[in-house]
Amino acid sequence: MRQVYLDHQASTPVLPEVFDAMRPYFTEAFGNPSSLHQHGLRVRDALKTARRQMAALINAESEEEIFFTSDGTESSNLAIKGVAYANERRGRHLVVSATEHPSVMNSIEFLEKQGFTCTRVSVDSEGLIRLPELKAAITPQTTLVAVHHVNHDIGTIEPIAEVGRICAEAGVPLYVDCEASAGWLPIDVKAMGAALVSFSPHRFYGPKGVGVLYRHRKARIVSILHGGVQENGRRAGTENVPAIVGGGIAAEIALQEMSARIAHTFHLQQRLWKGLSEHVPYIKLNGPLPGPNRISTNLNLSTEFIEGEGQLLLCDLNGIAVASGSSCVSKSLKISHVLAAIGLDHALAQGNIIMTLGKDNTEEDIDYVVESFSKIATKLRGMSPMWEEFERGVIDSVIAPRGIGKSFSDHAADISGKPAR
Amino acid sequence: MSDTYTLYNPTVMEHFMNPRNMGDLKDADGIGEVGAAACGDIMKISVKIQDGRITDARFKTFGCGSAIASSSMATELIKGRTIEEAMNFSNQEVVDALGGLPPVKIHCSVLAEEALKAALEDYVKKHPESAKTQLAVTA
Repeated sequence: MRQVYLDHQASTPVLPEVFDAMRPYFTEAFGNPSSLHQHGLRVRDALKTARRQMAALINAESEEEIFFTSDGTESSNLAIKGVAYANERRGRHLVVSATEHPSVMNSIEFLEKQGFTCTRVSVDSEGLIRLPELKAAITPQTTLVAVHHVNHDIGTIEPIAEVGRICAEAGVPLYVDCEASAGWLPIDVKAMGAALVSFSPHRFYGPKGVGVLYRHRKARIVSILHGGVQENGRRAGTENVPAIVGGGIAAEIALQEMSARIAHTFHLQQRLWKGLSEHVPYIKLNGPLPGPNRISTNLNLSTEFIEGEGQLLLCDLNGIAVASGSSCVSKSLKISHVLAAIGLDHALAQGNIIMTLGKDNTEEDIDYVVESFSKIATKLRGMSPMWEEFERGVIDSVIAPRGIGKSFSDHAADISGKPAR
Repeated sequence: MSDTYTLYNPTVMEHFMNPRNMGDLKDADGIGEVGAAACGDIMKISVKIQDGRITDARFKTFGCGSAIASSSMATELIKGRTIEEAMNFSNQEVVDALGGLPPVKIHCSVLAEEALKAALEDYVKKHPESAKTQLAVTA
């Protein structure tokens, strides 16, 4: 059976070059970079090279602006809490977009419990942040604005340069989470006007276990992990040297191959969406159409009248690895907050599947996915009471309404006694 | 790494991949359709009843793998039972017969129990005499 990995937003395989570069740092170059002898100095030098490679990927001024953490979640926790605490005497207000990653949203919620306040700026139906609302949300007490570069679920590319201008005018530092874009879209921290940027090499063929936080030298931040003075005192704890070295190589290769990777995935993205929209009736693309407002790697789909986890399981049984934002997939039984924020109908959010492309996917893979997914949708619709009720005219389609029957959500509310969340 | 890993145990996966009694019953005697407010899943169970006993059952489910497996197993378990027995059906029977469900998925089996009971209530509503018979039998 063909194996098609379409979950590159979750993680990517480590490149052979990356793995080769990492290997010596497990065995012969095992030293702790804080040590003052040869073993320590050698790896300290390796970290400096990796810092330079990371800085180049995002066009940072200097490698001294690069801090290593354990992963993307730690980077966003450090960016949000570190800036909030460092500027607490100036103000205790933060502004974020409503569709940020859970590591940002939950850091914000944590701060709110401690008396900070936060304004969540809404997005439009394609996930683009409402700029006038953002501008209006900033107050003299605001110490940080957080808007991601690309949304992790629906692939929307945010107008970051404009967000950066608004923040610059207001004199508030901007944190841009680039977890979903680094390695796949050019990033220029200066053009963005970003004071902080985070990304993780495992999203672009580097290893897990390392996260990167860029911090402009003027941005005030305090450590949230307390211990030694690693990373200039901003992140205590022994550095994950092999992962950092591998991540640096992955960043260097990503920069070299970026245009080729973008062109390749964009081609496949268009082919995949065209194939699915032609072969699967009542399917919707969430977020912008493939093009300038959408990252080339992501397709976020809602297939009507069937649920996402069933689709995911059948895809997996057919060798196709995908993700889903359906309530059935989440441990909290809630649909993805991103799908809720773009105002997607609950029934469509439940039928959600996320496919994220990578450099090694082929046209043959895409054609196989289209063929298999069409069969999967037919199989699950055959089991779905909603499909049958739609065919009988009891309920209507959200994607292409016929004007016959009630909405799925009304129907679900009628039989369950309350509306689904 | 040639092993296949699955999200659910083999029994659940089997019922998800090859569900039993999937579909609708022509001339069903009772139909129950219920929705889970928690996650939004919807389950429909149809039953055929003769002489106070469930002779056949079918299901249709809009929901995750464990919801599909739960309805498949529930329809298997209730065939041949009297209305009274079926009215005492508990979701735990589904969970046990499936060899367990992840804690977050237990509500799928509850939905199967509710769909079955809704189908029986539908039958009793259409055949009030059956309730009397039941009472007479019990008395």
